[in-house]
This record gives sequence, structure tokens and C-alpha cells, in this order.
Amino acid sequence: MKARPNYLAGLGAFIWLIIVAVPLYVMLQATFETQVGYGKSGALGFPSTFTLDNYINAFTVGFGHYFVNTLIVTVSVVLIVVVLVLPLSYAVVRNLGRRTTFVFRLFLLGLAIPAQAVIVPIFYLISLAGLYDKLIGIILPTAAFALPICTLILSGSMRDISPELYDAMAMDGATSTRTFFRLVVPLSKGGISTIVVFSALQAWNGFLFPLILTQSDSNRVITLGLFNFQTQYGINIPGLLAAVVMSMIPVLLVYLFARRALVQGLMGMGGK
Amino acid sequence: MVRPGFVWAVPAAIFFGLFAIVPLVFVAILSFTSWNGLGTPHFNGVQNWVDLAHDPVMIQSLYLSVLLTFLGVAIQTPMSILLGVWAAGHQRNRAILSAIYFVPLLLSSAAIAVLWRGLLDPNFGIPGQYRWLFGNGNLFGSQRSAIAVLVFVGAWQFTPFHTLIYQGGARSIPPVLYQAAQVDGAGTVRTFFSITLPQLRNSMITSVILMIVGGLTAFDTVLILTAGGPGTSTTISAYYMYQKAFQSFSFGTASAIGLVLALVATAISLVVVRATGYDKMRSTQEGL
Repeated sequence: MKARPNYLAGLGAFIWLIIVAVPLYVMLQATFETQVGYGKSGALGFPSTFTLDNYINAFTVGFGHYFVNTLIVTVSVVLIVVVLVLPLSYAVVRNLGRRTTFVFRLFLLGLAIPAQAVIVPIFYLISLAGLYDKLIGIILPTAAFALPICTLILSGSMRDISPELYDAMAMDGATSTRTFFRLVVPLSKGGISTIVVFSALQAWNGFLFPLILTQSDSNRVITLGLFNFQTQYGINIPGLLAAVVMSMIPVLLVYLFARRALVQGLMGMGGK
Repeated sequence: MVRPGFVWAVPAAIFFGLFAIVPLVFVAILSFTSWNGLGTPHFNGVQNWVDLAHDPVMIQSLYLSVLLTFLGVAIQTPMSILLGVWAAGHQRNRAILSAIYFVPLLLSSAAIAVLWRGLLDPNFGIPGQYRWLFGNGNLFGSQRSAIAVLVFVGAWQFTPFHTLIYQGGARSIPPVLYQAAQVDGAGTVRTFFSITLPQLRNSMITSVILMIVGGLTAFDTVLILTAGGPGTSTTISAYYMYQKAFQSFSFGTASAIGLVLALVATAISLVVVRATGYDKMRSTQEGL
């Protein structure tokens, strides 16, 4: 059944499209203008100049290096999350004992802890461990705060594996390790790609932990680079926006090629 | 039957405990200490709490946090319900449009705040060119317009996410309800208020809780867009905590604010969940 078209909602959708698309357009066209040209033609005006200098400039102020740092953080966070969440979810779904249930409850509680509320103790612990101003100091808490949602997503998808398959594995005399690698991991591919995309997005876009846990230029990640660029060269709007566009490119590529996993991962983002 | 032992859960449990549960306990302890970031914290009783209770900036920051959160919920909720219900339908151009809709979701808060700081720049941004609309063009110059900017950028950033929640909710409404409404001769508006909206209750609870917790704790947008200004007129509690800790190095006081935020966020979530009966997992589809 299809009701009559809903004009009010359609109008709302159209207005929202403008609100989202116009700033994105302004941003994109500004990055190809010279600073003088942008000042002349204005933010909403038609571009009067064309240049790639803004992107080259972003590289020269260090964004190539920030890019590499962010990539290191992102890959490490994803690895830690996958390596920890896979066995945990397997235990949550298949070991129904009291201790495992307690751990799972703890993770659910963790969903409600806002990272912002605990930045002081995290700063304290990271400094105490001698990890302040090191990439590993960003990686560890970022991974930890991605764990609850990823566990929720992955254990949800593991529940769909039918009990008969476990029975068949047991019949063949498979140990739980063998069952894990031969059955659980291959059949959880969808859930795994969702948590990979989710944790990668968290790490790539993370700002809070890098802000409080690093300070030197050599350990700067891209979000912090943007913030720093803005405070230092705030009036160079085209240069600033080119840096913003550069920070988005990898995420947009993932959006193009793994849209499904990304949208599912974003739904999981609710917890943060 | 071979079942995995508890040992499979241990590595994740230790890791999570160390970086999330331990800090939560620590924040409570640190709130009763004085610590400047160097050396070791030492206990000073309830001094931090007394100081905060007499601090006008703190009192104001609580009010501003609540105000910003309230405005965020009031603006984003109707917008995302409308968009979510629309996106759940089967219009021809829906797929292309929703691809553009969700772009803000992909960006970091840092990128979004920096982008808007650039677009709204008093000298080189949009407002300066449309003075008939924006007055002197400096939206960061007064409390009223600075708050408007924060609310607008927050809506720009988070409406797509809440739209996704409502889209999921609207898709799971059984079509039989709409057929029944049609048989009863209900129009579009009536159907929306009598069927769609009540059926979206659970989505609404989820979305509102996330908005409240997010609104109370997020300070990255404030840091980049207004830096709490002009003066302290947009210094929300979460940003004040950041300032206390990493600008004035009063980590004890900052911990106290952090604890307040964690408790308030949890309490509000619990009240919302209780008041709506969400904890009993009551189905929205009674009788079905």
C-alpha cells in the first residue's frame, strides 16, 4: 500500500538538502580559489580564480605527515578492536556462564560512560604509564571506548549462526579454538566488516583523546591538525577548507565502496 | 557440546576495565583531591565541591548546558522525524538524496566545526556579505547569536544520525496498521499522528537520550567555534571542565565537574527510560 505523497515531509527533505549541500558546495569551490579571489567573489559567489595551491599548502604545513599518523592510529585501533572483540563476542554468545554475563553487563554499562567525563583520569593514567604525547597513548583509549558498541554489534550478528552448525562441529570433535576459526569467524564476516568500519571511523575522526594526550607536531593527527591550522592561520579560509576536504577523502572513499557496512557502523555510533 | 571457556572473554575485559572502568572510579576519587597535573594528587576533602557551588561561571555553565541541550532536542527531533519518515518511503530520488543527507555524519566534529568557523568568519564568511540578514556580520560577537550558531551547527552535524534512527523505526511499522487506517478513512495527517508517531516511541526515546547525553558532554564544537565566548557566555559545563583541567591545571576541580556530567547524563537517561516504560521493553505493537 502506498499513501498519497507526503508533501510536508518532501518539503522538509528538500530544505534539508539545501542546508547540507550548500555549505559542502561552498567549501569545495573555495578550496580551488586563491585567498584574494575568495575574498573578492565571496563565499556564495561564483569562483573567479582556479588554483591547486591550497592543497599544496596543506601538505607543506604538515598534513601529509598528520595523514600518516592518523593512518597508524586508525589501523592499530581496528586491529586491537577486532582481536579483542571477536573472542569476547564468541564467549558472550556461546559461554552462558555467570562470569561472561557479568563482563557483558559491564560492557553495556560502558556504553553509558561518556569519554568526556573521564578525560582527567585517562590523562593521569596515560601520563603515569609514560605514554603521554605518543601515538600509542591515543590508540589505547580510543580502542577501549570503541569496544562496547563493537561487542554489541558483533555478538548480535554471531547470534544468527545456527546451533546445528555448532553441533556438527562438536560431532567432528572440534575444539572451541577450531570452531572459532573454522565456523565463527567465517560466518561473522558481515559483523566484522561493520565493526572494522565503525572503529576506523571513530579513530579517524577522533579529536578528544589526541587533544588531551598529545602536544608535539610530530605526533599530531589530522583532526588536531585542522584545529591547529584554524588557530594559526584562521584567516586563510580556502587553505583551511582544503585541509578539511583532505581529512574527509578517505572516509568518502569508504562511503562509496562500503556504504552498507558504514551505515550500519554509524547506527552503532549512537553510543558516543 | 564444546563451549568456549571464560578465558575467551578475559583479554577484552581487562583492556576495557583498565581504560574505562578504572578511570570512572578514578574520576570520583580525583574529585576529592587537589592536583596540578604534576606530582601526585593529594586529598583536600570537599573543597572542590564547595568551590564549584560558589563559582558563578560553573552555575551559568550548567544553565547553558541545559539550554543548548534543550534547543538541540527541540529543533532536531521534529526535523529528524520528518526526514526519517520521508526517507523510509520509496520515492524515486530517495537513494541519491539520502546519500547527500548523510555526508555530515562522515565528518569529524573537528572538521565540521572548522568548516563552519570558516564559512561564518566575520570578515571573509557568508554573514559579512549579507548584512541585511546578519547585522554586523559577526555571529560570534554576542551571546545570543553565538548560541544560535552552536545550535545550528549541532543540528547540521547530528540531524542525519537521528534521521537514521527514525528511518529504521518507520521501516519497521507493520503496513497492516496503515491499511487499517486507510479503511477507516484517515488522511495523511491523521495517519501520521495516530499511527506513525506513536509507533516511533522507542526510536524517539533512543534518539532523545543520545541527544541529551551528547549535548551535555560534547565540547569540541564549543572549543573550536566559540572557545566558550564571547567572555564566558557559551562556556558549557563540559568545556569548563576542559578549561579547568588543561588550561588552569585544576585537575581535581575538573574531575568534580566530570563526575557531575556523568551522573547527570546517567540520571536523565534513567528518568527518560523509566518515565516511558522503556525498561519493561513494552512492545509498541500491543495486540499484534
